[in-house]
Amino acid sequence: MSHDELLIWTIARLLKGERTVAVGSSSPTPAAGALLAEALSGGGTKALIFRNNLNDPFPESGSELYDRVGQGRIDVFFLGGGQIDGEANLNMVGVGDYPRNRVRFPGSHGTPVIYMLVPRVILFREEHSRRVLVPKVDFISAPGSSPPGVFRPGGPSDLVTGMAHLKFDRARGRFILVSVHPGHSVEDVREHTGFVFDIYDDVIETPAPDDACLRLLREQVTPKVWETYPDFAVTKLGYRPNASDL
Amino acid sequence: MLNDFLVGMDELVAQVSDGVMLAIPKDESGVAMEAIRGIIRKSIEGLHLLCVPVCGLHADLLIGAGCVATVECGGIVINEIGAGPRFRVAVRDGTIQLKDSTCPAIHAGLQAGEKGQPFAAVRGIIGSDLLKYRDDWHIVDNPFSDGNDPVVLVPALNPDVFLFHAALGDQHGNVWIAGRRDLAYTAHASKTTLVTVEEIFDGDLMADEKMGPGSLSSVYVSAMAHAPRGAWPLPLANRYREDVDHYKEYARLARSDDGFRRYLSTYVLPATEAA
Repeated sequence: MSHDELLIWTIARLLKGERTVAVGSSSPTPAAGALLAEALSGGGTKALIFRNNLNDPFPESGSELYDRVGQGRIDVFFLGGGQIDGEANLNMVGVGDYPRNRVRFPGSHGTPVIYMLVPRVILFREEHSRRVLVPKVDFISAPGSSPPGVFRPGGPSDLVTGMAHLKFDRARGRFILVSVHPGHSVEDVREHTGFVFDIYDDVIETPAPDDACLRLLREQVTPKVWETYPDFAVTKLGYRPNASDL
Repeated sequence: MLNDFLVGMDELVAQVSDGVMLAIPKDESGVAMEAIRGIIRKSIEGLHLLCVPVCGLHADLLIGAGCVATVECGGIVINEIGAGPRFRVAVRDGTIQLKDSTCPAIHAGLQAGEKGQPFAAVRGIIGSDLLKYRDDWHIVDNPFSDGNDPVVLVPALNPDVFLFHAALGDQHGNVWIAGRRDLAYTAHASKTTLVTVEEIFDGDLMADEKMGPGSLSSVYVSAMAHAPRGAWPLPLANRYREDVDHYKEYARLARSDDGFRRYLSTYVLPATEAA
């Protein structure tokens, strides 16, 4: 089992029992996790993968996703961020002072709306470092929480990185360490996290998928990942497309 | 009436002038790359680039080539590569003005624009720093609620020019957009819509039982040019995939000023010296 396969499985595990899961652009690992969760669910979970040339869930394109989000009809969404802080504020704009950011990120995309309206948002960021997980973001693309009176049915539930899985406690506005991936320790997580977080008494090693699940991922899910993320499927998941696919 | 809409690429590109608000679609909706290269060859300047709602290599190329004064977008990101390298440089050096937005605000603004309404209401956003820098956005109390319910209003968007690429167009000026509504409502909202097409459809798309419902009527189309593989190196749905190797080459070259100039001279600008 590769590191990427563990992350994909970790995401799929978090999606157990969820109904409609949407994955935005530039999110290959969450896309693979959602597709695996769908394959494991026996029809209960529906994965909507954007930028899929062959099987776009919303072929009408445009505002359809946001219309669904606006009505509260997307249950889970994945977001990331160039910076994430301990209060789960997300920065997708840049490092340094706006507008002339010394390092510019792509932009806020749909985050300022999605983060507030989708009931469960799972944060995914492969890089687990003090550069990403900062005490305070330089720009709030979307806030981790909102004051009373602001319409906000949604928000963050989990943070999955290349090193660990943390849950977000909305009532307390803090992250809690749940599990650490094989090869890393709680100390590693502390050392590479720029914000203060709580730690479960019984932090575990992130569980690995069983053989059947791994086979499902490799044989059935990876070809679907390739449709949207060819480079990721080939270089990270070792996929070899058939000549007829090209 | 026939052929009125069909023009050469140069004639199409000539309808884009300095300083206009130019709307361009996201990668997979159909990007008129050959026309965008034509805009760069014409040395157009001062564009207000409206990304609908997030763009990739095409926006980065226009920014790097110096065509753009203002960028309004949900993001500029090149698939599997990250933020556009020339966008990053332009931000750092302060050579473009930013109107950072969010995708649903752009969709809602265009949909207000197509209806001739002054603004649209968008949920969420409150608490985002975007609001600090968008003084054209306002928070009002929802007049339909009983209590305190703040909601964000964004102004309507009516681009001067909308430019995209599609698989099929006919000689009447109708364009098959495969039912993509982002292309439809951006065209509805824009003052001028320019289209490049992969193939000329033999017949009338609107009169065709299968093609008509997925087509944009010539009412909304100002001019059309024939451009086979006109989206390259971007993809065109059901026709060809993105050219991943070319993306990698772009990412490598666009990292430096010299490299980007080399990219432009190789792939965009006409050869000035005979090979």
